[in-house]
Amino acid sequence: MKSTVRLQREPFDAAAEAAALAHGQRDVGAVVTFAGICRGIEDGEPIASLTLEHYPGMAEAEIERHVAEAANRWRLLGVTVIHRYGRITPGEEIVLVVTASSHREAAFAAAEFLMDYLKTHAPFWKQVESAGSKTWIEAKASDDASVERWTTPRRNEAAE
Amino acid sequence: MNVRLRYFAWVRERIGKPEEVIELPSRIKTVSELMDWLISRGEEYAHAFENPQVIRAAIDHRHVRSDAAIKNAGEIAFFPPMTGG
Repeated sequence: MKSTVRLQREPFDAAAEAAALAHGQRDVGAVVTFAGICRGIEDGEPIASLTLEHYPGMAEAEIERHVAEAANRWRLLGVTVIHRYGRITPGEEIVLVVTASSHREAAFAAAEFLMDYLKTHAPFWKQVESAGSKTWIEAKASDDASVERWTTPRRNEAAE
Repeated sequence: MNVRLRYFAWVRERIGKPEEVIELPSRIKTVSELMDWLISRGEEYAHAFENPQVIRAAIDHRHVRSDAAIKNAGEIAFFPPMTGG
């Protein structure tokens, strides 16, 4: 399986990454691309920017472990994960997950699985800057609930 | 034994430094004992660890629970729940 995990300060080109992942793989029939974007409004208030702090070394290792776990669970032909860090302004992309497989089910499921784990297990922290003040974003209970659903294997996964 | 400690996000801000190397007292065997010992070192640590149940930890780049054994850890990190993605 083709796999790429990259952490970077610079923006990325989602379409080019998706094309690169599928390129030259004749058995690819489905590519799912998820991009997480910096909202301009947080809790009803306009924001100036987000700053993402990360734990270099562990962030890559943790994402690689989840990519390997996704490859164990689904028949994937490729995965690309790119996560930005540093200062990001509204409208800019923060994170990219691209999954490729022969059929759509595996690509959709693996992309969701990876995003749920990125949100709750990859060592990144967002600080929001608005009206001159900086606040750390609090983790959401709903993100923990989303990741919970992957801890008990479902019947359709076992059949794959 | 020397261990590198790393702090992130508001844990880092409260402690006032991103990392330090400490000489680990031999009686400290788990992550939660290490937190208790750090709290006794000063108010900045007490502030960072005032709600120990929300603090997450990693040993050598892997998530661990607070009852995890430190053993021969080279690097232990403390941080708030993650908010990436």
